Amino acid sequence: MRRSVQDIYENATDFLRTFGAFQLFFLRLLRFSPGILVSRFDLVVKQVYNTGALSLVIVMVCGLFVGAVLALQAYSNMSMFNAEDWTGVAAAFALVKELGPVMTAILFAGRAGTALTSEIGLMKATDQLSAMEMMAVNPVRRVLVPRFLGGVIAMPLLAAIFSGIGLFGAHLIGVELFQVDVGSFWQQIQLTLDIDDINEGIIKSVVFGVAASLIAVWEGYNTVPTAEGVGRATTRTVVITAIAVLVFDFMITAAMI
Amino acid sequence: MLASHSSNGILARLAGLFCYSTAPQPTQIRSTLNHHSENLIEVRDLKFSRGHRRIFDGLSLNIRRGEVAALMGPSGTGKTTLLRLITRQLIPEQGAIYIEGVDIATLSQAELYLLRQRFGMLFQNGALLTDLSVFENVAFPLREHTKLSNRLIRHIVLTKLHAVGLRGAADMMPAELSGGMARRVALARAMVMDPDILIYDEPFVGLDPISLGVIVRLVRRMNDALGITSIIVSHDVEEVATVADRSFLLSDGKVAASGSPDELRTANSDLVRQFMHGMADGPVAFHYDAPDYAEQLLGRDSE
Repeated sequence: MRRSVQDIYENATDFLRTFGAFQLFFLRLLRFSPGILVSRFDLVVKQVYNTGALSLVIVMVCGLFVGAVLALQAYSNMSMFNAEDWTGVAAAFALVKELGPVMTAILFAGRAGTALTSEIGLMKATDQLSAMEMMAVNPVRRVLVPRFLGGVIAMPLLAAIFSGIGLFGAHLIGVELFQVDVGSFWQQIQLTLDIDDINEGIIKSVVFGVAASLIAVWEGYNTVPTAEGVGRATTRTVVITAIAVLVFDFMITAAMI
Repeated sequence: MLASHSSNGILARLAGLFCYSTAPQPTQIRSTLNHHSENLIEVRDLKFSRGHRRIFDGLSLNIRRGEVAALMGPSGTGKTTLLRLITRQLIPEQGAIYIEGVDIATLSQAELYLLRQRFGMLFQNGALLTDLSVFENVAFPLREHTKLSNRLIRHIVLTKLHAVGLRGAADMMPAELSGGMARRVALARAMVMDPDILIYDEPFVGLDPISLGVIVRLVRRMNDALGITSIIVSHDVEEVATVADRSFLLSDGKVAASGSPDELRTANSDLVRQFMHGMADGPVAFHYDAPDYAEQLLGRDSE
């Protein structure tokens, strides 16, 4: 009994210590961000390419099929009430406010987040970060901040592309397959979806971008510098990001309703 | 009192995160380190542990200005750890390390980085940045710390690569290099800023005889021509003997013996004799602590 109480106490203090270190790490990234954006924007652009452009295919393919599935589901339910014209609206709301940011963040964690974590973890395991320290170059500033900023910039863009392609997928199903009137399909979306809905999607994708990028670079920087350690850190990146994204999604949705 | 003190500390730390510190200029840090004693590096009563294992237990040594000093010793005696402590990649539990009379534990991060600009370090595995070409790896410190023109950077980098025989490999990526080539590129990178102190961690491992001879002569020639101080960690007794002015033999967390390679070779100590002549029998056990061999093979050790 005493042993289990002690274990709980130690786990709790470990968690608090890690959480505190995580927050300080975030503040360090924020501290260096303005300087990197101004003086080394080339490094950020390269990371936007690595995390964003290289994730485009997976995001576009998934967006197309998610939009198509939403349209299928919406049409089959709406048609029971002769409200087929609302197929596009249902798909648009789901994509712009929820599935666009959430699915993109989870795909981002799986594609770009894991790449960031394993790259930084391997740099640590092969002494590249120590070598930078010895060359009087701060690895947090030179390696982590550009990757963090690249992810933060890329995520909202990817979410927008996901939603756009998703709407195209919904159009293919609703208009081309089920012959919903194209004018009604798009006009209902235009009339119903307002700027607050789009803002909600943008806010979510920015928050998810910060969370996913932060978790990826944190896990990479704190990885145990072995092959097994890098593998575990990569797995943790996906798991923690997925949980964090869903928790933040709930909180933001609750706050904005 | 204690609470207010610690909360002030936290506030100061948080404030420090957001305030751009007014980093001292190179001239400032150099003037604080302008200490003209014979010893460039002084290690005093150093204590350091990893987990429950004590690595250093009161280690003291001095490295003189302008010499090539070798740190030697059996595996696991903490030679690389000592290098990391000297460069403040690790912090000692007790004791102090002075560079030009300044306790490096007291330096701020900005001062530490200015000090490190005077260091060049060759890591055991080279530690080349894998996303940059050989040329860009060597140019990396110049691009980060200077505003030299691309033309001048190209001139300096090609000069350094030529010194290690790899000018022709400038456009290759680190993944295309052999282990020995990667270490030679790392050596070029370590000396590209013309440092005052060059640190080599196992520089002779994996080099073919020709490269080995060239690198040994290069280490010695650079040290003498540029007036720098070199610290070499190596197991290679023969090569160290040709290049080092003094060697320190580490054992049991302390300096077991020091002196010129000839002095060590003729020393009376059993430990020194065992190490210098590569003998299996002596104070340093070849086998790690283990139960009786026969008992373990027969499975009786767990009974």
